[in-house]
Amino acid sequence: MAEHSHKLIHAFGALAELGHEITNKNNFQETIRTSLHLISGALGIMRGSVARYSRFGHELNMLAIRGLGDDFPLSLSLCSEDERQFLSNGLNPIEISQAKVLPFFQVYDSSFERRSLELFVPLVVRDEIVGAIFLGEKASGDPYTNYEKEIICAMGHHIGVAIAQRNLMAEIERQAEQNRLLFDEMRSTYHDTVKAFAAAIDCKDKYTEGHSVRVGKFSEIIAAEMGWGNDEVEGAAVAGYLHDVGKLTVERKIINAPYRINAKESAELNKHPSVGFEILQPIHHPFTDVPLAAKYHHERLDGRGYPDGLFDREIPYIAKIVNLADSFDAMTTDRPYRARRGAKDVIEDLQRNAGRQFAPELVTAFLGGLLKELAGENREKRFRRLLGREYMETEGIRDKLRYTLNEMAPTTPMTYVAAAASVSELPIH
Amino acid sequence: MITTASTVDPVEPAAQRSIIFADGYLNKLSGERIEYECRRRLETGCRELELNFSNTEIVNSIGISILLGVIDTASDKGARIVFSEVNDETVELFEMLGLTKHVVIE
Ligand SMILES: [Fe+2]
Ligand SMILES: [Fe+2]
Repeated sequence: MAEHSHKLIHAFGALAELGHEITNKNNFQETIRTSLHLISGALGIMRGSVARYSRFGHELNMLAIRGLGDDFPLSLSLCSEDERQFLSNGLNPIEISQAKVLPFFQVYDSSFERRSLELFVPLVVRDEIVGAIFLGEKASGDPYTNYEKEIICAMGHHIGVAIAQRNLMAEIERQAEQNRLLFDEMRSTYHDTVKAFAAAIDCKDKYTEGHSVRVGKFSEIIAAEMGWGNDEVEGAAVAGYLHDVGKLTVERKIINAPYRINAKESAELNKHPSVGFEILQPIHHPFTDVPLAAKYHHERLDGRGYPDGLFDREIPYIAKIVNLADSFDAMTTDRPYRARRGAKDVIEDLQRNAGRQFAPELVTAFLGGLLKELAGENREKRFRRLLGREYMETEGIRDKLRYTLNEMAPTTPMTYVAAAASVSELPIH
Repeated sequence: MITTASTVDPVEPAAQRSIIFADGYLNKLSGERIEYECRRRLETGCRELELNFSNTEIVNSIGISILLGVIDTASDKGARIVFSEVNDETVELFEMLGLTKHVVIE
């Protein structure tokens, strides 16, 4: 009796450790290997293995194996009769010597006999086979007692739950992956739609062909240069693509007017931000407030913009980005009543209007991006694709940018002083 | 090589007694290294393997399982296993679980 209780205490120690192992470790393979050690060690079992059941392949695949030799099969097939019997047996040890009628034990008879396997425990969890435990003879050579079988059941249940949990996790991961693919698909559909819209807007205006697309790309550059995350950069691009969507309702002759439009026509044109907002408002846009960007892309920091004459802090940040991209494109493309402006002139304009129309940090980020590309630090040719080679090779443009950036955002007082001292030597005119 | 399990028989590697110290980490998954070391020595011709328990206070179920692995390999190779400096409590446990049927306790 004393030995019996001693055995119980030892086995319960193993059971407690198994519970701890399963709830605390996240390396599944190690957990299963430890589990097999714990069962073997709890009852003094010479050899054994733990397998996981694949419902699709109808096979038991070994996860951990001890002392069964190199020739023991690592994958054992079950037929439907085996499955049925194991399910009705539940999580209880089966004496291999008394189960020879089942196809499973006939097929693998020699393997089981060679390593004197005695018990087979189907791991049935919530009416599903998730795995199995194979156990060999005990070191004592005695047959398994009922109480030992009960301990095996308890430990088997722990292991079965661990495997079921692992299967569930794998299933969740698989579904998450599927969701991600679906999401990516929707995302690209959304972008295609946005681009189609941008093309439709641009179609209305033969002089500003490609304007929306370019504003989208410039907005993207600005957001990226501001260090925004991928999703936000993508959102900025969309805001740019759609900023002039309200122009769809403006009469074509006003948009295409080859002269400076009169007050009435101007009032009509100036409705496009609010109309754009109305169009975009009912659509859910991920990542950024696209409708607000459309509504406020003609506001200025100094409050002299439209439609609401908002001041700096009142203007949504995304609208400030689109405003800069929009103005930059307007300056660098031919208009019905004037040709595109030169690069240095445009840079000066941006500097002059930083703090009046544009957020200064956006101007420096944008010009900084342009300088990086000109200096070969960024090889993506983002600007060159939009502005053309000739424009990018304007003489003195790099020095002009360096000088402007130093004035607007000196990196340290030292460089500022150095730049100021050499102003007269710079070919900036 | 196991860090704490040091060999004492550098002179005659084969056909002689080889000593391995069980130590504390016998009781963890890392104790499998003791098993590998024993197997390595048995495979290189060692006929008698001594496992010394002088630094091992208790042996848990993982430890038992690892020792069973050693015993199984030794019996396959026809080698003898000796457990030395085992405390009484552990001897009792080994007896209870049938390990003493396969090893000599010294
Ligand atoms: Fe606009
Ligand atoms: Fe625009």
